[in-house]
Amino acid sequence: MNRLLKGGRLVDPANGRDGVFDVLIEDGRIARVGRDLVANGATVVGIPAGFVVCPGLIDMHVHLREPGQEHKETVATGTAAAVAGGFTAVACMPNTSPVNDNAGVTAYVLGKAAEANLARVYPIGAVSRGQGGEQLADIAELKNAGCVAITDDGRPVATALLMRRALEYASMFDIPVIEHCEEQSLKGDGVAHEGYQASSLGLRGIPGEAESIMALRDISLSSLTGGAVHIAHMSARQTLEAVRFGKAHGARVTCEVTPHHFVLTDEMLGTPVPYDTNTKMNPPLRETADRDAMLQGLADGSIDVIATDHAPHHYDEKLVEFDYAPFGITGLETAVSLCFDRLVHPGVISLSRLIELLSMNPARILRVPGGSLTEGSPADVTILAPDLQVTVSAERMRSKSKNSPFIGWSLRGGVAATIVGGRIVYVNPDTKISL
Amino acid sequence: MKKDLLGIADLSREEIYLVLETAEAMREVGRRPIKKVPTLRGKTVVNLFYEPSTRTRTSFEIAEKRLSADTLNVAVAASSVLKGETLVDTARNIEAMSPDMIVLRHASSGACHLLSRICKSRIINAGDGMHEHPTQALLDAFTIKEHKKTIEGLKVAIVGDLLHSRVLRSNVLLLTKLGADVWVCGPPTLVPPGIECLGVHVTTSVEEAVAEADVIMMLRIQQERMQGAFFPSLREYFNVFGMTAARVSRAKPDVIIMHPGPMNRGVEIASDVADGPYSVILEQVANGVAVRMAVLYLLAGGVEDESAS
Repeated sequence: MNRLLKGGRLVDPANGRDGVFDVLIEDGRIARVGRDLVANGATVVGIPAGFVVCPGLIDMHVHLREPGQEHKETVATGTAAAVAGGFTAVACMPNTSPVNDNAGVTAYVLGKAAEANLARVYPIGAVSRGQGGEQLADIAELKNAGCVAITDDGRPVATALLMRRALEYASMFDIPVIEHCEEQSLKGDGVAHEGYQASSLGLRGIPGEAESIMALRDISLSSLTGGAVHIAHMSARQTLEAVRFGKAHGARVTCEVTPHHFVLTDEMLGTPVPYDTNTKMNPPLRETADRDAMLQGLADGSIDVIATDHAPHHYDEKLVEFDYAPFGITGLETAVSLCFDRLVHPGVISLSRLIELLSMNPARILRVPGGSLTEGSPADVTILAPDLQVTVSAERMRSKSKNSPFIGWSLRGGVAATIVGGRIVYVNPDTKISL
Repeated sequence: MKKDLLGIADLSREEIYLVLETAEAMREVGRRPIKKVPTLRGKTVVNLFYEPSTRTRTSFEIAEKRLSADTLNVAVAASSVLKGETLVDTARNIEAMSPDMIVLRHASSGACHLLSRICKSRIINAGDGMHEHPTQALLDAFTIKEHKKTIEGLKVAIVGDLLHSRVLRSNVLLLTKLGADVWVCGPPTLVPPGIECLGVHVTTSVEEAVAEADVIMMLRIQQERMQGAFFPSLREYFNVFGMTAARVSRAKPDVIIMHPGPMNRGVEIASDVADGPYSVILEQVANGVAVRMAVLYLLAGGVEDESAS
């Protein structure tokens, strides 16, 4: 069905557009963008005043848990959460069971995504076979099967030599290596950011340098090889400094930050609920100086991407001693509200910059379609409601898991509707949009 | 008192003094020929221990029995924690049998907070990971007060493995609340980052820490810490930080030497100091029973108050 999105503020940084434009969607593609377009037989959709039409959001760091951990999440529930969060596409991490280190697993994930038929799913393959850190996975096979990047996420690429080879080898396919930066001997059995909060709660600490040391290694290797490295879920101010250093020296390095790392600090470990396992993630919530550095990096352009590191866990797994709880929180359904409430409304970044971080740059880094409303491209469109009052509620979450520290939070800004390939896959019942 | 005793962090000065005063009366019970009062008759106390403990478990059990509580000990082997029933399920099963209090010792910091959120029973923290060991700090305060009359203004030196010690955290919180001048000392590898924010002096010089000290409190060194490269050898540790008679001589003439046990003789403390005239180590153990009776009594009293209202 063809549609004409009429009125509303269109924000499309890839095409330098920010203003009132109409968007004509025909046959699943963006047919035209312009002022006062005629419907030409398409159904006219009036975009309410104050709403924003933007290229579909892309979350380049999610864990869909399938195959193998379907009690936490499936491709179907994860993509349902994605579209409810405004994401038209997600890139999913390979640390499933079995690991996505071969075309069979990649095809399985893509098959499940086609069945669900909600958000686009871009699998990310493993760097090493079984993520074991020894032998490279069959990267050409992964690429041909549909993987858009490689990573050993959940852990770092084990050795400098393996990282060097991965960067060299992946450069032949023009895909980035996504790195979970963590110097494992420094991390040890740490469970929280090393500092006063962890000390007073008696939790074993992980210093920011455990992250930045690995980032420096990888940035150096990127310079050596010319390969593209993307630093995942950056949390420490030292890592941001490392990325700035790398960029200033011409390394092919990009980086992402999660909403929880620019919103929360390690004070959450002790209050309001002491030892809440939904404040346990890897990398850990860091101190105020780190959180503020992330805000600064978002504002000054040093940070390329906001990604959620959506990490669903069953409530049984989280209802244990802090030490024994798995790392991670969900993020797909809270990201947009947190970005509006903490970044756009307080004036940290502009709306246009937000769309760069959530759509344009992830598409560019992963070399996938989308990230713009260019005429002729697939009609992946997100409609945002910047002033919608949102109360985060576990009951309404579509993700199979509810392990979020934001439940109960009141935030200003949300998602009105999500369109994938011209098809409406989500409409927020709290908004008065009719599609 | 609150529902649970999770840590010294939750106690006010007044509550700490209340425990210490109550312990005075409780100690008197232990000096009678018939060491038993009916205070907790009909109350059920479960000692749930996920870590091996001789001193603390025995001390709680004697305290419970002297108050006529029905007590039982549940010891869970640490090795079965990860593969066996979860702490929450174990606690819910125990709760189903309607105990009044659960005394929990656990290797993971915050385990008592977790139980506190899911249990109606009163939770007493008998040591959680590297976090707190509140009854130890209370019995230490009781012992100090007995010798020094007051805690305010005393110089207290705490020497040893500060990083992994729950005894340290509880003692620092308690002693600073009561106005002591607290010095903590250990190798930099075993100093928790940010500890100075708790209002203590931090030094690596044991001589500086003990100089003119009223109280020296030793912390246990665990031999396995050498594997984590925290220090090179027990011999070197003793040479740099071990409490010897020569080091004790820098303290005030009436200094008292404390240790929460179990001691490593010749590692953190020389035998002649441990057994010497300044040592109050066995008094600490004796006072532990009285202080734990006081805690049990005060928390149980809270139960009655609530049912009355």
